[in-house]
Amino acid sequence: MRRFLMAATLCLAQPAFGQDYAEESLPDVNQETQAVALMDTLRCVVCQGQPISGSNADLARDMRRLVRERIAAGESPETVRAWLVSRYGQWVSLKPEVNELTAPLWLIPLIAMGGAGLLYSRRFKRKKK
Amino acid sequence: MKRSWVFWLPVAVAIAMFATFLVALVRPSDRAIVSQLVGHALPAFEAPAAMPDQPGTNSRDYADGKPRLLNVFASWCGPCVAEIPVLLQLQAMGVEINGVAVHDKPEDLARFFAENGNPYARVGLDQGGRAQIAFGSAGVPETFIIDGKGRVVGQHIGVITEADIPDILAKLKGS
Repeated sequence: MRRFLMAATLCLAQPAFGQDYAEESLPDVNQETQAVALMDTLRCVVCQGQPISGSNADLARDMRRLVRERIAAGESPETVRAWLVSRYGQWVSLKPEVNELTAPLWLIPLIAMGGAGLLYSRRFKRKKK
Repeated sequence: MKRSWVFWLPVAVAIAMFATFLVALVRPSDRAIVSQLVGHALPAFEAPAAMPDQPGTNSRDYADGKPRLLNVFASWCGPCVAEIPVLLQLQAMGVEINGVAVHDKPEDLARFFAENGNPYARVGLDQGGRAQIAFGSAGVPETFIIDGKGRVVGQHIGVITEADIPDILAKLKGS
């Protein structure tokens, strides 16, 4: 029994030996806020539909650790995002961005509304006559 | 009243949209996440020795003029077991394969090699998945084809089967 208790105590004591930033917050509140905001907009490459902040996958945990460590080392969140994009592609970022690939997504509603406006204005003009 | 082309425009757009949906339904897009490193130098990494009688591997091992394979695997990964016989075949053909074991323990790896064989020249432990993320690898097994200058010339996502051998040999030779 005593042995078991000793073993259990040892198991419980383990996290104190080294901080694992995969699950633990950074001591600096500002940095932790930045890190969490970044983790919310990075996609887990294993589960694919989730941000790394909400995934239990090992790789997501590794990425959370990487994000916290790099932010703690003074890197800006966008530098960390760019580094991950240079490994996994734009895909890993959940932040909506305007670039040549996504431009149609932003432009189509505007074009459609413009077109609709044009059609309606013509119709109303015709009725006036 | 003769209907102008403007009347048919929304109809054409709708048909085009539904055609796109249909194509995407019938042939879903490939969900594999390809590493952006193909065509670039292998990034710096450090994977200390996993086995007492085998060296580990790091980024400095790859620019000595010899093309080789870098296999990201794990003893806890089922599909990795299926790949080992093919890797042994490649090894017999003179292909040098280095292994990076993700989230693994030396004792588990020793059991894995005893059961399945060991096709690796070097086996390194990737602690905390650092090497895996640096490679842009999204899972195990994945295999990177590295040329003699330490550049990544190809990535094979998933299990290597016998059918993949010619392609891998060609990429190694062409590099």
